[in-house]
Amino acid sequence: MNWITDYVPPKIKSFFQRREMPENLWHKCDSCGQMLFHRDLAEALNVCTSCGHHMAITPRERFHALFDHGAFSEVQVPEALADPLHFRDEKRYTDRMKDARRKTGENEAMLVAKGTIYGLQTVCAGQDFSFMGGSMGMHVGNALLAAADAAVEARAPLVVFAAAGGARMQEGILSLMQMPRSTIAVAQVKDAGLPFVVVLTNPTTGGVTASYAMLGDVHIAEPDALICFAGPRVIEQTIRETLPEGFQRSEYLLDHGMIDRVVKRGEMREELGRILRLLMGLPPAVHGELPPPPPESAKAAPVKAEKPTREDG
Amino acid sequence: MRNYLDFEKGIAELQGKAEELRAMARQNPNLKVEAEADQLESRAAEMLRDLYHGLSAWQKCQVARHPDRPHALDFIRALFTEYTPLAGDRNFAEDHAIVGGLARFRDRPVVVMGNEKGHDTQTRLERNFGMARPEGYRKAIRLMQMADRFQLPVITLIDTPGAYPGKGAEERGQAEAIARSTEACLALRAPIVSVVIGEGGSGGAVALATANRIAMLEHAVYSVISPEGCASILWKNAEKMKEAAQALRLTAQDLKALGVVDRVIEEPLGGAQRDRSLAIARTGDAIAAMLSELDGQSASDLKAGRRRKFLQMGTKALA
Repeated sequence: MNWITDYVPPKIKSFFQRREMPENLWHKCDSCGQMLFHRDLAEALNVCTSCGHHMAITPRERFHALFDHGAFSEVQVPEALADPLHFRDEKRYTDRMKDARRKTGENEAMLVAKGTIYGLQTVCAGQDFSFMGGSMGMHVGNALLAAADAAVEARAPLVVFAAAGGARMQEGILSLMQMPRSTIAVAQVKDAGLPFVVVLTNPTTGGVTASYAMLGDVHIAEPDALICFAGPRVIEQTIRETLPEGFQRSEYLLDHGMIDRVVKRGEMREELGRILRLLMGLPPAVHGELPPPPPESAKAAPVKAEKPTREDG
Repeated sequence: MRNYLDFEKGIAELQGKAEELRAMARQNPNLKVEAEADQLESRAAEMLRDLYHGLSAWQKCQVARHPDRPHALDFIRALFTEYTPLAGDRNFAEDHAIVGGLARFRDRPVVVMGNEKGHDTQTRLERNFGMARPEGYRKAIRLMQMADRFQLPVITLIDTPGAYPGKGAEERGQAEAIARSTEACLALRAPIVSVVIGEGGSGGAVALATANRIAMLEHAVYSVISPEGCASILWKNAEKMKEAAQALRLTAQDLKALGVVDRVIEEPLGGAQRDRSLAIARTGDAIAAMLSELDGQSASDLKAGRRRKFLQMGTKALA
């Protein structure tokens, strides 16, 4: 912000803001501080166009970029009990939920969707860090179970985009029980012989890392994401030792054998398309526009890839 | 010497006075203080009963962490014969924070495992205060897979503040080890029963407690986060642990009401630390009862039943 917003009295301030700068037109990069125009940033999927820093992205935005033509259908998630513990800290849990719903326009911290990626039917579940830190409560468990059901039913692979500060403390033991419940969801997909791919994004911590996020057939991480069980602050307090540069970041985990690949967000669609088709025993994806297939022979011999061009969406 | 908790101060004073009177009487046989000492002691007993009937959630946390409470190895030594500890994860190290091996429970060969906290400074350090590293969970996975191969029931005794938050533990995949251990529990084709004997600390506990039947000692606690940790995050003040403990609903009684645990094992008056052998004996009976409930179930029934149990959690709210 600038001196106007700091010093000019509120009424005048609002007058200025309304006329000059709706504040969501520009976004400041969390890492390099560069001011980024919102359209450029959205086009780059919330990756800083100046330094490449990957900022948070909602599952909805991510799915628009991931699925063919941005088209997907939401998978319904059975509703969980609201506030079974009647939890209250400084604020009621029910009020925190209302705030989060108002702020994000979403119902909960995980969105499940079905669509195609390079023509391959795929189920995706994405955790929404903007919704109470993506925290894993009963909804997230239910969402993963619904995602697993949808994947098994459609014989489709399941991709989970993890992003969470950990468990939803306000659901107490029931949030902890989502570790086994989500593990059951993973087991259902694996039992059906279908791929389960995890994309770890910033941050993936606590009980989320210690359950479904570490049980993938393939673990992909976005660059420089914090991925850990215990966060760096907790460790520093416990062992009173400064931690090495890049500790618990994607590249560090790659070096320590915990993840398979580090992939930029802009390349994720192509990456997932390739890996999923390889795991499903399918021929390579066809890039670019195809002429519409003749109605009857749609499922005939695999189509040979044309000269790879940039995919259209 | 008995260790008293801060809220047991009143009891400690009464019992101390009674003790003093008796000591004086021993030195001077003419003093007639017997009756007075008896009276003080019965008042102390009454206070203890009242206190333990109405323990707050935070007080239960303190009882669950009491240094004199029986720990996993105390249970194993008393309830199992032919205990044969097995060591190592075959990858990196032996983790002394998780003990386990083959044993016989009431004539039946089993695999038993538990988090061991240690009982004095030296053993506490050796056991890392019951906080396992990835190697501990990987050893547990190995033992569960062995139990699966030989159709041996698995019994786990849970008592940990949580998995160890350390640099090496993180580098070697603490999260992955916990996830795989939970997965191994769920994949077991043999019965698995768990007892939370003290502290059930978050993911470090669930990794060994994803079981067909789960029991808790009356004053044990089981929580997604420690009250201190919760207070510092949600209240931004670690001193608010009493409020946090209350809000988290981490007591055996609340967990029973939520359908997360199947039974609560009554502790001796004043907690397991006041009569360890009675607490251990009752736990033995509870383990036997839980195993017999699972007798005759096929491998697939056991697996499906375990899944169903966890899938149903979250349908009951607290009053």
